[in-house]
Amino acid sequence: MAEVVLKNIKKVYPHTAEKDKKKKKAKQPPEKKSNLQITEDGVVAVQQFSLDINDKEFIVLVGPSGCGKSTTLRMVAGLEEITEGDLYIDGERMNDVAPKDRDIAMVFQNYALYPHMSVYDNMAYSLKVKKTPKDEIDRKVREAAEILDITPLLDRKPKALSGGQKQRVAIGRAFVRNPKVFLMDEPLSNLDAKLRNQMRTEIIKLRSKIDTTFIYVTHDQTEAMTLGDRIVIMKDGFIQQIGTPQEVFMHPANIFVAGFIGVPQMNFFHGCRLSKKDGGYAATLLGKDYALSAAQSHLLAEKNVADCTVTIGVRPVDMKGHAAEDGDAVIEVAEMMGSEVHLHMTRDGEDIIAIVSSREADLSQFEAGRKMALQFDPAAMHIFDSKTEENLLPCVEE
Amino acid sequence: MKEIIGGSDFKKRLLIFCILLIVSIIIVLPYVWMLSNSFKTTMETLTDPMHIIPQEPTTAGYEKVLTKSPFFRWLWNSCFVTGINTIVILFTSSIVGYIFARFNFKGRNFLFAMLLFTMMVPAQVTMITTFIIIDGVGLYNSVWALIIPSFVNVFGIYLCKQYCEEIPKELIESAKIDGAGNFRIYWNIVIPQIRPALGALAIFTFLEYWNDYLNPLIYLSSTDNMTLPLALSYFSTQHSTDLSATMAASALIMIPAAIVFIIFQKQFIKGLALTGMK
Repeated sequence: MAEVVLKNIKKVYPHTAEKDKKKKKAKQPPEKKSNLQITEDGVVAVQQFSLDINDKEFIVLVGPSGCGKSTTLRMVAGLEEITEGDLYIDGERMNDVAPKDRDIAMVFQNYALYPHMSVYDNMAYSLKVKKTPKDEIDRKVREAAEILDITPLLDRKPKALSGGQKQRVAIGRAFVRNPKVFLMDEPLSNLDAKLRNQMRTEIIKLRSKIDTTFIYVTHDQTEAMTLGDRIVIMKDGFIQQIGTPQEVFMHPANIFVAGFIGVPQMNFFHGCRLSKKDGGYAATLLGKDYALSAAQSHLLAEKNVADCTVTIGVRPVDMKGHAAEDGDAVIEVAEMMGSEVHLHMTRDGEDIIAIVSSREADLSQFEAGRKMALQFDPAAMHIFDSKTEENLLPCVEE
Repeated sequence: MKEIIGGSDFKKRLLIFCILLIVSIIIVLPYVWMLSNSFKTTMETLTDPMHIIPQEPTTAGYEKVLTKSPFFRWLWNSCFVTGINTIVILFTSSIVGYIFARFNFKGRNFLFAMLLFTMMVPAQVTMITTFIIIDGVGLYNSVWALIIPSFVNVFGIYLCKQYCEEIPKELIESAKIDGAGNFRIYWNIVIPQIRPALGALAIFTFLEYWNDYLNPLIYLSSTDNMTLPLALSYFSTQHSTDLSATMAASALIMIPAAIVFIIFQKQFIKGLALTGMK
């Protein structure tokens, strides 16, 4: 029930004194765990983070570990100080407001249930702290327990609960407070695969009941795609792209986003040629020329793209091919997934994956060692600048 | 199901049993001897050969302790000193330990190192200076002389700090978001988490002050202000060498310590097992 605005947020973790000493002693380049920018002030975990979150929107921050997504969430929660920039919740600047006064609730990855309190007391704690009348606490806790289906567990201690139950309680504890903003920090990553799918559905259902603003952090792109109204993809402290699941899947802003979103990963063909031809553009891929559509050419022309080397990305589902003696790629493994077959191929040491429907195709042709001739649909091509890695066709309306 | 004990296994168990039995006897014998002597007359305690079972059982020793000396006054003094010290030390140790473990502030490591350093200075070194200070502030011959200098216990702080560091950070953050202030987090979240440490510390502290002989000897002069360990010398040296009464007093002094141990032993053993300390 609140708009959240992040304006040019930056987070720097200062060097500790000990580390400085070590550096002076060793004078060796520090170990690079990630590509985070290291300045004189410290390690920059997040920078230039600007995002307007609408009321009741479900925002997912996603990215590989160390990309700054959790740090950003913790800054919204007030658990980390904001080095630079402004945070507004409902129009009020929150940079220096204590977590308890921000009217937020947070669900942690390891649940963080108070081990010495019963489920009931865990859920009631924040209300007790706020000195809510007892009968109101009781009503709210039982209501939340009912919604989350944990009423029979109210008297138990957290250690007597399974992972999934703990997660429900953790959500319940956040839920009873009726917060303006609901923060979730990788809430499902401690659960096994089956339970994770189940809880994901539960969260979608829950959302319709809670009807508040959500900020959800995950490293799992499936969770991001299924839960988010909009997804924020981050890498090395920078936002890579903000968009709806559809947008980031169909029109990834750069090679990183294209590779991160979608399973199996998009295939990339580096060093392809993009050239002007007959008033339009053509891409050369595996020795064949493909004329791009008028809309694509128009976009490229608008951007004044000259002949250049590009990286072309094609999603596995968009790959077409047939067995051929003089094919482009060699099949290594054909994985039968049920309704589809994942073909893992190599070409010049690069892996290529194609997804073929197991009903339509003649499966006997996909034996390991056979050669495949690949064909591409120009409309399904994602064309990235080789140098900047930016998408040259960011938004093509079909 | 019938348990099958092989020959060598049985011998092994018998050996372990015998060793434990002997050690137990060695440990328990002095206490039995104390109890036995407390029911003898002073004459009988000195007879040769000695026997465990009193020939003429008497409670004269106990009567003497309870009626001829201000025993209950001493008991009160001991309870007062030990009780206040234990409660205050549990509080200061846990809150300071929590602050050292969970708060970042300038000079934290330096301060903690200084605290640890004081642990390495033997008490005997500071004894005279402490005495001069106590005397200077007018606490000589007051039970407060045994209490005020003991409010901070470095070992307790160290123990609690180690325990507080084990508390998951999310637990505290979660409480912060739930709206709890720092003291409330300490009281509602941290204390329950470090209960085993506090249980062990409670017993350590209780025994330390309950059995303390040296400090009362230094700071207390009048009979009325004495604590129980000091009072033992009341029977054995100053006024008489009444072994029967001394043993009776010893037996009486042991009772509260035994009760405390029984109450806290579960926490105590857990605390020992978890810290790996002795």
